[in-house]
Amino acid sequence: MKADRRFVLGLGFGATTVAAAGGGLAYALGREAPLPGGALAGADMARGHRLRTGGFPAPDRFEEVDLVIAGGGVAGLSAGWRLTDAGFDRFRLLELEDQVGGNARSGRNPVSAYPLGAHYLPVANREAKALRHLLRQLGMITGDSEGIPVYDPEQLCADMQERLFWQGRWQEGLIPRTGITARDRRDLAAFEAAMSAFSKRIGADGKPAFALPMAYSSRDADLTALDTMSFAAWLDRQGWHSPVLRAHVRYAMRDDYGTEPREVSAWAGMHYFAARRGWAANGAGDNELAWPEGNARLTQRLAGFFPQRIAPGHIVHRVAREGEHILVDSFDVAAKSTTRTRARAAILALPHFIAARICDGIEGPAGFSYAPWLVANITVDRLPAGRGVPLAWDNVSSTSESLGYVVATHQGPDAITSATVLTWYLPLSDMPPAQARQLLVQRSADEWKRIVRDDLLGMHPELDGAIQSIELWRWGHAMIRPTPGFLWRGDTVEPGPPLFLAHSDLSGLSLFEEAHYRGVHAAERAMAMLGHAHESLL
Amino acid sequence: MAEADPARPRIRASASTAALLASAFVVSTCGLIYELLASTLASYLLGDSVTQFSTVIGSYLFAMGLGSWCSRYVKRDELRLFVRIELMIALLGGSSACALFLLFPLVEHFRVALYGLVLAIGFLVGLEIPLLIRILRGFDFRETVSNVLTFDYVGALVASLLFPLLLMPHLGMIRTGFLFGIFNAGVGLALLFTLPRTAGYRTEKVASVLVLIALIAGFVASDRLQRWAEVASYGEPVIYATSTRFQRIVLTRRDDDVRLYLNGNLQFSSRDEYRYHEALVHPALGRVANPRNVLILGGGDGLAAREVFKHPEVRHLTLVDLDGEMTSLFSRTAMLSRLNRGALTDPRMTVINADGFRWAREARGRYDAIIVDFPDPVDYSVGKLYTDTFYRAARKLLAPGGMMVVQSTSPLVAPNAFWTVASTLEAAGLQTRGYHVYVPSFGEWGFILASVGPIPARGNIPTGRFLTPTIDQRLFDFPPDMARRPTPVNRLDNQVLVREFANAWDKYEG
Repeated sequence: MKADRRFVLGLGFGATTVAAAGGGLAYALGREAPLPGGALAGADMARGHRLRTGGFPAPDRFEEVDLVIAGGGVAGLSAGWRLTDAGFDRFRLLELEDQVGGNARSGRNPVSAYPLGAHYLPVANREAKALRHLLRQLGMITGDSEGIPVYDPEQLCADMQERLFWQGRWQEGLIPRTGITARDRRDLAAFEAAMSAFSKRIGADGKPAFALPMAYSSRDADLTALDTMSFAAWLDRQGWHSPVLRAHVRYAMRDDYGTEPREVSAWAGMHYFAARRGWAANGAGDNELAWPEGNARLTQRLAGFFPQRIAPGHIVHRVAREGEHILVDSFDVAAKSTTRTRARAAILALPHFIAARICDGIEGPAGFSYAPWLVANITVDRLPAGRGVPLAWDNVSSTSESLGYVVATHQGPDAITSATVLTWYLPLSDMPPAQARQLLVQRSADEWKRIVRDDLLGMHPELDGAIQSIELWRWGHAMIRPTPGFLWRGDTVEPGPPLFLAHSDLSGLSLFEEAHYRGVHAAERAMAMLGHAHESLL
Repeated sequence: MAEADPARPRIRASASTAALLASAFVVSTCGLIYELLASTLASYLLGDSVTQFSTVIGSYLFAMGLGSWCSRYVKRDELRLFVRIELMIALLGGSSACALFLLFPLVEHFRVALYGLVLAIGFLVGLEIPLLIRILRGFDFRETVSNVLTFDYVGALVASLLFPLLLMPHLGMIRTGFLFGIFNAGVGLALLFTLPRTAGYRTEKVASVLVLIALIAGFVASDRLQRWAEVASYGEPVIYATSTRFQRIVLTRRDDDVRLYLNGNLQFSSRDEYRYHEALVHPALGRVANPRNVLILGGGDGLAAREVFKHPEVRHLTLVDLDGEMTSLFSRTAMLSRLNRGALTDPRMTVINADGFRWAREARGRYDAIIVDFPDPVDYSVGKLYTDTFYRAARKLLAPGGMMVVQSTSPLVAPNAFWTVASTLEAAGLQTRGYHVYVPSFGEWGFILASVGPIPARGNIPTGRFLTPTIDQRLFDFPPDMARRPTPVNRLDNQVLVREFANAWDKYEG
């Protein structure tokens, strides 16, 4: 009997051991894995906010130059490029950050270079003359075939461009084509037909209905009137309520404007769908130029035209007129001193809220509002896979609040890679921008990493354990928001010569093409004022 | 004297006897399972099942005899030793299937590992029954021997029926191994807690719990291992499967047919790969006057290299394959390096593990022949290796009079894809001639010769198992259903080949 009890005891002991082992295993599996490494960074907030608090020392150095460009983003660099191209070299470009590039800056790790913000440039429209001129100089347009530009195939996206995670599978393109209702199908077809018609429409003034740069667009009253209502309201008016269509439109508006369709002007919304008419002899017209480092390729090349004229780490904190001249006070972060530059003209290639703050006589930022974004660069040691079509360049999930991710290595020197960097984008569009900016700052790096990681693993459970690091980049004022009434408001915020403004927020569309156009436009007007002969590219 | 030994329990209670007899049953079941596992695994991995079953069973039984004989040297403490043996068998036998699968690609002499394990398990199993009989010696000897052997043989029957009917189809080899290891360790643990006077066996108790935990962990993980092995998705038994940084490598074997799959796509069958590789290599090399310096892009299995070395003029062969695990698998593993006749470790060979796209554009050498043997253009990444950009880079690596050959998928299934490769090579400034060959495991397969100058009609073709100078001439004739047709140029900015290839194969496979 004793032995029987021991037998039972033994069984009990064995069972307990098994249960404990199982429990331990379950605990080990269920426990949250440690968060990947990676830093939280962004535009230099301390330097930016110093403009608000002031307290810069009085100027103790003085210099003279014909022209000052304040701001080294795409607009400022494009202005500098335009001046250099026209043989005008008596200028200086002052940049607050330690690196030029603005939203088109990049990072790099042992796996790949990656964008911190803007990451591609669509094949240029026929009307984008100045941009094509630049692309030719950069060797990105290699020649012409029967008068049509030929793009360097190695810089065009050579992957499947987009795929969408929809109903548990990845499918090609961004609009679901299966598992949708008859109404979805009908509304999608009607919407696409309408956008295609707008894309082809030439206004009474002979200009395209929607042009890129937008300044070349037709001024037909029925078109500009679209700016007075929201895109959501316009879609409602057409009776297109299909959730599939509306989800796609929401993706598009957040992708290009960081803004919800109900807050985007219908004109801007339609511009997204009806303005791209890429003009190229090779590849499809809707192709994109893309690089591992994103548009930093373009800004670095632009800066390469006039490196000796660029002064990074210089905070322009006061711009004032003095008679015929302009006085530009800039604080040298390294030397901790202010230099006063006396110039005959100045191009303020800055966001409007900063231009208005540092320069008297520039209208306040009424109407200008900016969308905050979070960008995360996720280094993974194996490629994402998933059911359905294989990995594309741009990968979007219909179930995520993020805009998905682009694969940084797709345009690298290797045909086949294993480790890669995924650049993940999240516009904080579902709350007022000021509130979203607070959230952006308040959330800790770990909280953001958890959000990014969980979002990626939601699309790709197979990447569990493959995430090496998550580099976070906060953009407080990532892009101008084209809210209703802003684009075709009819008044100008330009202060007039010898001060010129250059920024994509003047277009209301945060696109490379717009920033480039504004930079070239300001440079040409400045050269005209200064009497420097040149042939306009515009 | 026996009474004076406190470590040896006296067997009295009938519950204890029952437990010991039950253990005889479990032990013999486990023993036979390990034997069957080793035999099956050996015939999977090495082929020739009659030989494998015969030699594994023979050496196993021999080792059992050895163990039985050695049991005479055990003078005391039979129970303690019995429990220890149970634990050792549990550990060795339980993990044997898993260990052999893992060892297979890593060791040069797989048979040493296989028979070593078989002998060790057999030896331990051979010790079991004599010890058990001695532990039970307090009872009627006639009855004891009868009982023990009855349970032993019944256990063997149960095992031999369970193995093919239930275990192999439902659990697979790795999990079956762990499961019976758990039973084995369970016997040891149960005895420790059932039998009286085992209070001093602390070490054994701790050890048995540890072994049990290890085996349960193995059992849980084997589910995953089994999934990795993807046994279900291949028609043949999988003998090796691994995920490298770049791809999934799976080797299968049925009898003498070894097959390699990369990402699920068949790369070769050892039964007919000679047709493919002779046709890939010799038409190109035979048309070069003096092929001294040769380049292979892709072809990490070394089979094309084997054919290249049949040309005595070859002094240097450079092989560029993306995946280092692939080339080292085919140079280290005896079974696989036999297939390529040690080509990857030949002194004339230089193996470079690099991305072919990048390597070709950065390389500076000049090669008399270039053999381009990439996987089919199944996605945009591989598609880049079939573009005019890539072929321009490859053309720069061709020595004057040099010849390039490109594996170009099936001209029967995907004629547009096949001839697109030709148009693309021509767009890169090369003259081309397509040819095709029948490879049973692939079907009708095509290649394209390319050269800066005209391509000679005849060449110096060595006679192989398939190819002869006469056959070489016939390969260039295309019947109308595969004939040349107008096709576009595959460029980085259109990647037409990937779409064309996918459409054709989707249609073909329905």
